[in-house]
Amino acid sequence: MSDLTNELISQVRDAVEAKETLAISAGGSKAFMGRQIETDRTIDVSGHTGIVSYQPVELVMTARAGTRLAEIESALSEHNQMLACEPPRFGGKATLGGTLAANVSGPGRPWYGSIRDHVLGVRLINGEAEQLRFGGQVMKNVAGYDLSRLQAGAMGGLGLMTEISLKVLPKPATTRTLKFAMDQAEAIQRMNSMSGQPKPITAAYWHNGELFVRLAGAASAVDATAKIWGGDELAPEVALALWADLQDQKPALFNAEKVWRFSVKGSADVLPIEGDSLINWGGAERWYAGDHSFDRMVELAESAGGQVSLYRGGDRTDEVLHPVNPSIQALQQRIKASVDPQGVFNPGRAFGWL
Amino acid sequence: MQSAVASPDRVAKRQRIAQRFNEFIDSHYVISDSETLKPYECDGLSAYCEEALIVVLPSTVEQAQKVLKICHEENIPVVARGAGTGLCAGAMPHGDGVVLSMAKFNKILEIDTDARAARVQPGVRNLAISEAAGDYNLYYGPDPSSQIACTIGGNVAENSGGVHCLKYGLTVHNLLSVQFLTMEGELLTIGSEGLDSCGMDLMALFTGSEGLLGVVTEVRVKLLPKPERAQVVVAGFDSVPKAGDAVGEIIAKGIIPGGLEMMDGFAIKAAEDFAKAGYPVDAQALLLCEVDGTDEEVAEHIEAVETLFRELGATSVRTSQSEEERARLWAGRKSAFPAVGRISPDYYCMDGTIPRGQLTHVLLEMQKMSEHYGLRVANVFHAGDGNLHPLILFDANVPGELERTEEFGGKILELCVEVGGCITGEHGVGYEKLRQMPAQFSDSEIEQFHKVKRAFDAKELLNPGKGIPTLRSCQEYRSLDLDLTPNAQVSANSNTDAGEFRV
Repeated sequence: MSDLTNELISQVRDAVEAKETLAISAGGSKAFMGRQIETDRTIDVSGHTGIVSYQPVELVMTARAGTRLAEIESALSEHNQMLACEPPRFGGKATLGGTLAANVSGPGRPWYGSIRDHVLGVRLINGEAEQLRFGGQVMKNVAGYDLSRLQAGAMGGLGLMTEISLKVLPKPATTRTLKFAMDQAEAIQRMNSMSGQPKPITAAYWHNGELFVRLAGAASAVDATAKIWGGDELAPEVALALWADLQDQKPALFNAEKVWRFSVKGSADVLPIEGDSLINWGGAERWYAGDHSFDRMVELAESAGGQVSLYRGGDRTDEVLHPVNPSIQALQQRIKASVDPQGVFNPGRAFGWL
Repeated sequence: MQSAVASPDRVAKRQRIAQRFNEFIDSHYVISDSETLKPYECDGLSAYCEEALIVVLPSTVEQAQKVLKICHEENIPVVARGAGTGLCAGAMPHGDGVVLSMAKFNKILEIDTDARAARVQPGVRNLAISEAAGDYNLYYGPDPSSQIACTIGGNVAENSGGVHCLKYGLTVHNLLSVQFLTMEGELLTIGSEGLDSCGMDLMALFTGSEGLLGVVTEVRVKLLPKPERAQVVVAGFDSVPKAGDAVGEIIAKGIIPGGLEMMDGFAIKAAEDFAKAGYPVDAQALLLCEVDGTDEEVAEHIEAVETLFRELGATSVRTSQSEEERARLWAGRKSAFPAVGRISPDYYCMDGTIPRGQLTHVLLEMQKMSEHYGLRVANVFHAGDGNLHPLILFDANVPGELERTEEFGGKILELCVEVGGCITGEHGVGYEKLRQMPAQFSDSEIEQFHKVKRAFDAKELLNPGKGIPTLRSCQEYRSLDLDLTPNAQVSANSNTDAGEFRV
C-alpha cells in the first residue's frame, strides 16, 4: 500500500497549468462503461492503495481510492463483516474509487443499500489541484453539502477521489437461497409481494424462467421464512456461486455485444423488449441484451418510472446514459464547473455535454 | 435583530411586495403585520429571532413559483419553512426577506403499495406518512423526535435522522425523487421511481442542503414493511464506559438493533421524574436497545442482548413484554428533552457526532468543561451511530449565561471534530453552527460549498446567511480560537483508542 496523494496533486496541477485534460483510471475494470473519450493524458490511481483505517466496532472503513475491492473484502472478512452493497469485483480488478464513481452495486442493493448509501466521506482533488475533504468517518454528518455522495454516478467528472470512508456491515449469521420456476410477469409480482413482507429477504432475481430469492439474517428467522415461502432450496455452495456470479456480472447476458440496464420502479410491468433479459433488485434493475434503438429504450424506461443506460457495447462516442432535460443539464454543467472549472477530469465520460 | 418600529422604507417595501403577492394569493395568507409575523420569528431554536418582511403561505406550486419569481426579480431573500421544528435556526427569517411557508402543502398524493412508495407534498408531517401507510402494513423509516410535527419537506432540507437510523438510514437513504423550485421559480425533478439515476447524484446533494439550493414541492419516499415484532431491552450500568463497551459488543456480535440509545445519570433521573418509565434512577448510564424483525429473529436477538448486558455487568436488565410496556420504556427517552427542560429554566441541545469508541473520552472532557463553565450538562446519545445530544442547562435571565452556554456548546462541537467526528449529526448547521464550520472545513472546502450554492442560486437569495459561513468569518474564527479546547493535547492523542482491536 502506498500514499500517492502528493504525486496525484502535482499531476493534476501540471494538467491544470498546461490546460490539459485527464482520464482517471485505476483497475480499468469499468473502461467499457460510460462514453468513450479522448484526453491529453491518463492519470493512474492504481498505485494509490491501502486501507487507511478500519474499526470493526465502529462499522467504518477508510481506504484509498485505488484499493481493490478484493483487498477490502478480505480485511472485512477477518472480522466477519462485508461490503453490503455487493459491488462487482470484475475479476479482482475493480477498485473502491471506480465503484463509487460508477455507482455500481450488486444483488443486495434494495435491502442493504448501494455503494452511494454507504459512503460517509471522501477526500478529493478538485480542478484547481486542491485537496478537499467532505463528509467524515461517522454515520451521521449533515454539515455542509453532501459532495461525497454526489460523486456516485459522476464517472469521475467531479474531481479525483483519493480516499473514501464507508459504512460496513456484519455478515448475516445464516443464508439460504430458494428457487421457483415461473415466468417474468409472475416473478415481478412475487418479488414485490415478498419485498413487502417483514421477512429477511436480501436478494431476488429472475432469469430464464427461474426466480432466486436469498434469505439472510438470524437463523431462526431465515429458517421460518424458508418454510413459509417454499420453493426448492439450493445447496449452500451452489447458492454462494450463483450470487457471486450475479454480483460480478458473469452471466452471458452482461457480456453480450450490446447490454441495456434499466433502473425502474420495482413493480413496473414486464417491458416489451425482445431477447435475453434478467431482472435483478427485486424488479428494480432490469437487464436486456440486443440491438435496440436508444430512443425506444428511453421511452420504455420512462413508462416504467425510471431510466436506462446503454451499459456495454454500441456506439460509445454517442450518449449512453438516459437523457436529462435542458435545465438539469445546465445545472449539472454549473456544478461540474464549480468543482472543475477547466473541465480537466474525464470530460464527456458521463455525458457528451459534461 | 429588528427594531420595534419599522422604518418608513421597510413599511413601504412591505406594502408593495405584499400587494404583488395579493394579486394571486388570498390576503389572509400574505402576512405583513408584526403581531401575526411573531410566530414565524424563530424555529425550534428560539434563542435566535428575526422578524420577516413578509410571511406568505401559498397553496399551489404555481403560487409558490410566482412568489419566487417576484423575489428573484426584486432581489428579496427567501427562507422556506415547514413546521418550524428545526433546532439550528435554519428557518429563522431573513430580516429583509420573505418566509415561504409550505404548511398548506399537506396532502399525501399517492401510496403505491406494490412499489412500497409514497408521493407526498412537502408540508405532510413525518408521522402522518407512517400513519397513512400503516393501513397497508408499511411505514416510513426515518423518525426524528419531532416526527409528530415536523414535515417531510423539512426532513429533506435537513437530512433528518432519528432513533432508527443505524438500521434504516437517514432521509437521504429513504427518498426516491424530489421535485423542487429553484430561486428563479423553475420547477425541476431529480431522482425517479427507480433506485438510482444516471449521472451525478443530485438527490444526495439536495438532501440536507438546508433550503439553500431549492424549495421542495413534492417528495417520493420509500416505505418499509412494518416489522412483525419489536422489543426493547433497558439496561442500567454503574458507569458510562461499561455501557459504551456494551454498545460495541452488540455490534461485534453482528446484531444491528433498530434503535440503540444511551442516557447518562443526569438524564435518567430527569426522564424518570418526568415520564415514570421505570428507569433505574441509581444507574450512571442507561441503554435502550430495540430489536425489530420477524418474531423468531427478535426472540433470538433479545435473548442474546439480555445475556450480553448481564455478562458486561449491567446492574439491571428489563425487557418489554408488551407494546404498552415498550411504549412506556421509550417514553422516558423520547421525553428526555422536555424532562430536562423541567429541571432548568432553559437548555441548549447540541448535536455532535463522534466515533463511538471516543465516547468515554468525550464525556470526561465534557465533564471538565462543565465544571469550567459552571453549567450542568445532561447527555442523551444515539449510541448506535455516535450522535451525541448534550443538553446544557442554563438560565437566560442570568446575564452572560446564554453567552457562556453558547461558548461551552461550541467547545463541545470542536471536541467532536478533534476526535474524528462532526459538528452536526442531524440538526443541521443553520444559523446556529456557522461559527463552528471552520473547525470541520478548510477555507477551500467552504469556498467549494459557496460555488456549489451559486450553481443553483446565482444571486444567493435562498436562505442566505445560513449553512455555510462567509470566508471572512472563518478567518476571524481561526484568528480568535487558537487554543480550541481546554485539553487540546489530550484529545489529539486519544485518536488511537477507538476500539480498533476490540472485535
